[in-house]
Amino acid sequence: MARVVVDVMLKPEILDPQGQAVAAALPRLGVSEVTSVRIGRRVELEVEGTPDLAKLHELADQLLANPVIEDYSITVPEDSP
Amino acid sequence: MRVGVVTFPGSLDDVDAARAVRLAGAEPVRLWHADQQLSGVDAVVLPGGFSYGDYLRCGAIARFAPVMAAVAAAARDGLPVLGICNGFQILCEAHLLPGALTRNRHLHFRSRDQRVRIESAGTAWTNGYEPGQEIVIPIKSGEGCYVADPATLDELAATGRVVARYAGGNPNGSLRDIAGITNQAGNVVGIMPHPEHAVAALTGPSTDGLGFFTSVLKHVAGAAA
Repeated sequence: MARVVVDVMLKPEILDPQGQAVAAALPRLGVSEVTSVRIGRRVELEVEGTPDLAKLHELADQLLANPVIEDYSITVPEDSP
Repeated sequence: MRVGVVTFPGSLDDVDAARAVRLAGAEPVRLWHADQQLSGVDAVVLPGGFSYGDYLRCGAIARFAPVMAAVAAAARDGLPVLGICNGFQILCEAHLLPGALTRNRHLHFRSRDQRVRIESAGTAWTNGYEPGQEIVIPIKSGEGCYVADPATLDELAATGRVVARYAGGNPNGSLRDIAGITNQAGNVVGIMPHPEHAVAALTGPSTDGLGFFTSVLKHVAGAAA
């Protein structure tokens, strides 16, 4: 089994109102040095055998992310069991 | 004339859509998300709701429902397809329409009667309206903010593919006030507010939405003639 991590983020030019709402709440915690917050999604996949990167890209491109508004990156962490 | 209305797990407005079809004078045909074919219908409505819970992104999982393969193939051959709200999101996820629908800019769910200006009366679903005509239909969505890159927005505007824009205030931050768009051929239309909720005086703010459903009957009759 290998663990594969797919990180999905809104493209930089797409407004992230959720991130903005969090950024707006930070001063209530006394935090003033954070200038931007953007929120994405981390998807962890458990894959049997050796992960097929091409297949993973297809999966990320078609389902996990919407390439019209989101970018994704795929990583296979070293400490994968 | 027979108009299919697809029910996905989590669809909410399929019954209202079927009722709108009936009030327009056609026979509604219930289609199920697992159907492999479209029972020979003359047009298809993808209704509002929260298909498959919208757990990943709105419309992202519905796009892979078996019925969608048939809808996509038929749409490319000219079958009129109307996606309302969640149906619009599904059409974008399926790349039958450009762009995407994202969280409302202000993060609030908006449920209200909305003024909408019909910009293009050249589609299968809006030929019964006058260009520039303002109608009032309900909007009820949390992820109705239409986005696309500037080149796509310019192309949509230049080619008359913006079907409707919000009037009297943009409820969700949609770019260029876009409420609905169509594909190049004009047979596939997506709209965020709900024409099917405005088809009878007792239950809607107006009967302005009925025009979408009478339009498609006119379109299909014209295509057959």
